[in-house]
Amino acid sequence: MTNIPETGRTPRVQIRLVILQILVLSLLLTLGGRLWYLQIRNGAEYAKEASGNHVQQVVSPAVRGSILDARGVPLADNETRLVVSASRTDLMKMPDDGKAVLAKLAGVLGMKTGDVTEKVRLCDAKTPQPCWNGSPYQPIPITDEATPKQALQIRERSEDFPGITAEPEAVRRYAGPGDSNTAQVLGYLSPVTDAEIEKAKDTSSPYLRSDQVGRSGLERTYDKELRGKAGVTRYEVDNLGRVIGRANSDKAETGASVVTSIDSRVQGVAEYELNEAMKAARQQFDKITGEKYKADSGAVVVMEAKTGRIVSMASAPSYDPNVWVGGISAKDYKQLTGKGSDYPLLNRAIQGQSAPGSTFKVVSTAAAAEAGYKWDGGYPCTSSYSVGGQVFKNFEGESFGPISLGRALEVSCDTVFYGLADREWKKDGGINPKGTPKDYFYKAAHQFGLGKTTGIDLPNEVTGRVPDRRWKKDFWKANKDSWCRTGKKDGSYVEKIAYENCLEGNKMREGDSINYSIGQGDTLVTPIQQAMIYGALANGGTEYVPTIGKAIISGDGKTVRKIKPQVKAKLPITNATHKGMDAALAGVVTRGTAAWKFGGWPQDKIPLHAKTGTAEVYGKQTTSWLATYSKDYSVIMTISQAGTGSGASGEAVRKIYNALYGVSADGTIDKKKALLPSPEKNLPKIQPDGSIDAPTIKPYEPADPSPSPTEQLAAVLGTPVTGRRH
Amino acid sequence: MAGTNGFSVSGYGPERSTLSRLMARDSVIRRLDWPILLSALALSLIGSALVYSATRNRTVINQGDPYYFLIRHLMNTGIGLALMIGTIWLGHRTLRTAVPILYGASVFLMLLVLTPLGDTINGQRNWLSAGGVSLQPAEFAKITIILGMAMLLASRVDAGDKQHPDHRTVLQALGLATVPMLVVLLMPDLGTIMVAVIIVLGVLLASGASNRWVFGLLGAGVLGAISVWRLHILDEYQINRFAAFANPALDPAGVGYNTNQARIAIGSGGLTGTGLFHGSQTTGQFVPEQQTDFVFTVAGEELGFAGAGLILLLLGVVLWRACRIARETTELYGTIVAAGIIAWFAFQAFENIGMTLGIMPVAGLPLPFVSYGGSSMFAVWVAIGLLQSIRVQRPMSA
Repeated sequence: MTNIPETGRTPRVQIRLVILQILVLSLLLTLGGRLWYLQIRNGAEYAKEASGNHVQQVVSPAVRGSILDARGVPLADNETRLVVSASRTDLMKMPDDGKAVLAKLAGVLGMKTGDVTEKVRLCDAKTPQPCWNGSPYQPIPITDEATPKQALQIRERSEDFPGITAEPEAVRRYAGPGDSNTAQVLGYLSPVTDAEIEKAKDTSSPYLRSDQVGRSGLERTYDKELRGKAGVTRYEVDNLGRVIGRANSDKAETGASVVTSIDSRVQGVAEYELNEAMKAARQQFDKITGEKYKADSGAVVVMEAKTGRIVSMASAPSYDPNVWVGGISAKDYKQLTGKGSDYPLLNRAIQGQSAPGSTFKVVSTAAAAEAGYKWDGGYPCTSSYSVGGQVFKNFEGESFGPISLGRALEVSCDTVFYGLADREWKKDGGINPKGTPKDYFYKAAHQFGLGKTTGIDLPNEVTGRVPDRRWKKDFWKANKDSWCRTGKKDGSYVEKIAYENCLEGNKMREGDSINYSIGQGDTLVTPIQQAMIYGALANGGTEYVPTIGKAIISGDGKTVRKIKPQVKAKLPITNATHKGMDAALAGVVTRGTAAWKFGGWPQDKIPLHAKTGTAEVYGKQTTSWLATYSKDYSVIMTISQAGTGSGASGEAVRKIYNALYGVSADGTIDKKKALLPSPEKNLPKIQPDGSIDAPTIKPYEPADPSPSPTEQLAAVLGTPVTGRRH
Repeated sequence: MAGTNGFSVSGYGPERSTLSRLMARDSVIRRLDWPILLSALALSLIGSALVYSATRNRTVINQGDPYYFLIRHLMNTGIGLALMIGTIWLGHRTLRTAVPILYGASVFLMLLVLTPLGDTINGQRNWLSAGGVSLQPAEFAKITIILGMAMLLASRVDAGDKQHPDHRTVLQALGLATVPMLVVLLMPDLGTIMVAVIIVLGVLLASGASNRWVFGLLGAGVLGAISVWRLHILDEYQINRFAAFANPALDPAGVGYNTNQARIAIGSGGLTGTGLFHGSQTTGQFVPEQQTDFVFTVAGEELGFAGAGLILLLLGVVLWRACRIARETTELYGTIVAAGIIAWFAFQAFENIGMTLGIMPVAGLPLPFVSYGGSSMFAVWVAIGLLQSIRVQRPMSA
């Protein structure tokens, strides 16, 4: 055994031992290389994965901020409901997975044990609803309608209900102060979508599956501010999801409150009067269609003339925004959006558009002045204006002889504007203009801000339309195929129009320009655009971007971000023109088309200005417009299918002014009764605890709705006594 | 009796004191391969820290005592050291004569595992429990295969009859290895089978057996693997489990989960790691079997590239010195034993670390010295004892 021959060390064995050594070395190098690859090269990536592995987030929702009126009265706030929730993490720690606790809880809440256990089970492919599809680390709500007694039972015997909490939780409420509604302006919330959750997942304020997001109105525009910041508690968990520690966490931040320029009292008046006006219009007989006016929808805007802030904005028909709270039912939703509905979700103040009728004449007057026509030139106000065999009539064939531009605006003489627009059209080269046409009348409309959104802080505003040459071309391109197919030279009215449009719909025809000058035809405007324009006339010619939000105040009231008025444009008018127009529009109130509704108004103390309008809509009854302003406010009301502006809205608008300035039916002014004789300048105060010093609001009490003497006379005669104008 | 041979080749007089004998220039202590010993000891101690980190929170298995596994790991290391000393004292040549007994005993114990006395853990019936002590006989079978094959293959060469083992001897040696491997196959313990095959290859390589045997065996192994795969001998899920190391999606809840979590743990360690006891993957118990088969992930996460690299380096020292011992011994028996141990350690370490790094399929094999587990610890320390014995007994001139 000890006799070791040297033959044991043959070269073959030696070589093989070296091979073995090399193999061993290469195995170790392989491991080292791979180790370097995982730890050094891709280390950061794995570190991220490891942290995702062991940290679980529990998100606690922030309380949504309130929407307040100008004096701090809540238009939208939160009410507290008692929510009973179960913590799955705690339940699963119990030997029976919390079955006994849930059964006891069901007893207290008066629910079936099965219903309760179903609510806390986790959703998966095999589990049908009801089940919990949120994070298993999140407290799972069992009911949000617990009574205080039930909540007390649970909280006082917490040792009997481990893992169960009964906490007050905030739920949205649209308070409707002073019987106001403000539904379309406020908007509504609806549950967050999967896509939104995914998008906000890694941001500083992730969504909960139970979160609500502003979908319309102010709730949408100011969603980010109102929403606040959800609190995130991060737990370190082990492989079985058991909590083994707490990582750094962020507290929930209450959403900021949005102070608006809305005055809920004026809002209540505006809504009430709009409805009354529509009701009254439905009692009126329409000579043209031979039936009563339908008055199917309407809008009213009260705007601060010197800032563009909206004091009230109402749209009819309306609805109760509280139907959205806690999830809207399918039936309610159908009623709001279905085919048979009257689309109450539409905010007609910014989404309703129609031809402006004679209210457009302020634009035409400005255009004429800009085009160089002398203010006091004698422009013939004949009873009709003929162009190539086509006769454009003055309203009801009136004639006033040669008059000034101001007078033409005041008496709303169509033929004056026909003539001016026609001359400009011819100057520009007629149907086939050479070079660049001046298009004074169209340019003025754009300069007044028509054909584009005003930029109000509400979503989905519509632009209206200025039917200029470019629009005509685009419109023709889009429709010529169908026009040329259906058009017939000697067919019905529609077929004839289609035939003409097919031939030269892309060109500005003489008749187009003539019709356009008095706000008929293809022009479309929205009530908010009118409010902006008439507001500018009130303040001397500056258009402000209409705003509803006035300030954003943080939840503790400490930081205040004011939303300052923004100048949008200057009206293209000289001071002299402005003076002339101002006087003419005051004349409308004292002796013009609106005078029959403003009899007895203290014009010397509170000068009012107005322009009425009646827009023709093919196949429908006329749309009424009444555009007015005082030195502080512009008030616009429009009602679809309701006849003339003054007839349909005169009284309602007057009553809004009555309320604003404290004017009685007989014209006396009681400053104590005035709701808002000048715009609210101060911001409401929010206390550190979130409470607000707000005055209490009484519902609007309309004055005795007895008809005025002139109205009685009109009823007898079957037609208004004073001249009606478009 | 012959055991005293192990302590001194030259045999000085008995009048010298024990201490001076131990410290003498030609003493066993002086001639031990200290780098191997210290590296192995360092690995065991690092292992104890890693095992402690992995188990201090695992209340389900540590019976409420956070030090349960730490204490046992240290005890196992101590017993391992004692076994090493015993092995050196006996000497590998004495053990050569005892091979038939050792072989018979280990095969008998392995067969016992298959009887109702055996325990099944993780689908493998490879445990033997009696009186609170658990044993994995397969660990010791690795040693008996090495010793047995070395005895057969080296006998005629060391006797000077032949330059290399002849075919008959090789066949006999293979037959000797086959019996315990068949028993392991019945358990079934895939990891041990793989190690045994590599040991057989390593042993044949070092024995100087004809190239035909080496390549033939390699070829047979490859063919076998292909046929198992092609002939659908294994179910698809078994193949998926095997392949999940490369693509965890194949078995996301099982092996795929392990490899994925293991890779996250190691990858997140970076250069210096999260610090001992501060790894979120380890504290959160995301990696299963972390104190045994996946102990390397603790090092990767908490000690980072530096610590994990140190483990590789220490293993490298052990293997490198072992290669030197294999090359420098003058008898073929010692060479073969050393080579067998090298093949064993190298492959087992490569497989174990490789699977945590996602470059080898997952198989239940402990990391030598580092992983928790008595049988494995005892076996590797006995192997260290064998290596020391081979070194100590070679002539001083070498």
